[in-house]
Amino acid sequence: MANEAGTVAMGWDPWRIPRLRRGAFAVWRRNVLVWRRLVIPSLLLNFGEPTLYLLGLGFGLGHFIGEMGGMPYITFLASGMIASSAMTTASYEAMYSVYTRMVPQKTYEAILATPLEIEDILAGELLWCATKSLLSGCAILAVAALLGVVQGWQALFVLPVVLLIGLCFAAPALLMTAASPGYEFFNYYFVLIITPMFIMCGVFYPVSTLPAVVQEFVHVLPLTHAVALTRPIVSGQPLTQPLLHTLVLLLYMTVFYYAAVVVIRKRLLN
Amino acid sequence: MIDPVVVAQNLSKTYGAARVVNGVDFSIPRGRCYGFLGPNGAGKTTTLRLMLGLTPKSGGALEAFGLPVHEHASQIRRRVGVVPQADNLDPDFTVAENLRVYASYFALPSAGLDARIDALLEFVALAERRHARTHTLSGGMQRRLTIARALINEPELVVLDEPTTGLDPQARHVIWGRLAELRAAGTTLILTTHYMEEAERLCDELVIMDHGSILSHGSPAQLIAEHVEPEVVEIRGESSIARFDALECRTERMGTSLYCYTHDAAPLLAELHDTHTQFVHRPSGLEDVFLKLTGRELRD
Repeated sequence: MANEAGTVAMGWDPWRIPRLRRGAFAVWRRNVLVWRRLVIPSLLLNFGEPTLYLLGLGFGLGHFIGEMGGMPYITFLASGMIASSAMTTASYEAMYSVYTRMVPQKTYEAILATPLEIEDILAGELLWCATKSLLSGCAILAVAALLGVVQGWQALFVLPVVLLIGLCFAAPALLMTAASPGYEFFNYYFVLIITPMFIMCGVFYPVSTLPAVVQEFVHVLPLTHAVALTRPIVSGQPLTQPLLHTLVLLLYMTVFYYAAVVVIRKRLLN
Repeated sequence: MIDPVVVAQNLSKTYGAARVVNGVDFSIPRGRCYGFLGPNGAGKTTTLRLMLGLTPKSGGALEAFGLPVHEHASQIRRRVGVVPQADNLDPDFTVAENLRVYASYFALPSAGLDARIDALLEFVALAERRHARTHTLSGGMQRRLTIARALINEPELVVLDEPTTGLDPQARHVIWGRLAELRAAGTTLILTTHYMEEAERLCDELVIMDHGSILSHGSPAQLIAEHVEPEVVEIRGESSIARFDALECRTERMGTSLYCYTHDAAPLLAELHDTHTQFVHRPSGLEDVFLKLTGRELRD
């Protein structure tokens, strides 16, 4: 009998495909309620950082660079930073905040005593991380518009894209959290994954200036595809292969969300 | 037994080679308070987690409300309230918000929710602290709020894992009072404890567990009658009496005390009165049953 060996967990399969249920929105709403309390410092971060980047680098470096990719450097930078900021915002939230709720704060333990399941919690968190990306995207867009570097109302179409970018980057960060023994673990992810993408995926300069070998590698990374969507939309240039870029982002989201659900099921429901 | 709420048959749970729950059988009747009594590491908390579908079983059968637990965990938890061993209130919210947010996990309708929150805060005597953040509450208040939170979905069954561990006697009595009220109102209670007084006061029925197995089952009075003699004389320090057998005493030593269990303590008491030995004479209790069944060595 397999049960006697204790190797078979009956009536329970960590690999079960997650469903999207209403409970996810309860978890999302919980986070919105907490955020409401901290709205001032949150918005300060959302607006302060891009303002400093755009003023400092956009005007400072832009003075020497002039145009890049057929647009003023500050527009080039703003349209790339909208993607990179969605990436870092979602990653921070999905690691530090989610870990805090999962481990020291035991919020998930409390939630798991209700009808909600791990997949609901993680879907809610994923949505919340993307919501924070959206907030940061709105802030950058507002700052960029105030600085006169946005080319028209079409730029607003970037917001649903920012939400997708948030979903795409929150998912792998959730997987890191799922496997993490502590906060220090996240340093690896930032140094080895997030920062290299931030530098290499076309936020500050076109990917085409990189050596050919590096370019091939960079084209696999999700931030490259994110920037490929945000830059033309914000600067008013025509989109190239929008479907491909969207699919890549969706693929990253799906695969890593599923992996995170499986790992956290094994971690919390052991 | 009529209409049991939870039924386990040969239920087991293993982690690697360790058998944490080792083929237990129990049937928990509706509307009663059912206790799991055992030393640390006996498998009590794991048994509760199995009942809630929060950990996969390794063998046997387990049903709650007539449904197999692991296939219907989410559905079952909708009808259950849980008070965990360590409080896990949401520190980001106030007292009342904790209840409101928790209600949202059950997708409770907002109509009547305010009234329900008011009534629950009244029930656990926290109405005045409704706007306080949870970290400003004392341990007893946090526990009471956790109990209120467990009741937000009007559960038929409330599961409490060591509900009064770490609380002072006053706080403990308040909680016992509330649990007694709940049971009187028809709610089924399942609790784990290692406080004998708690088990004797609250539980209609209990099992004594150790090393993952159930050692005995019954009402507190049944367990005492079944396992120990009715009277105990506890002798402190050294005693010169050496002929306990002649006095029809069963003796056990624990620490510096000698426990003499007997059906008639009179002859022993007569002898003790002639010496200057310190002693206590009392009726046997659940603690004596517990120590007899689970042994006297230290548990960590």
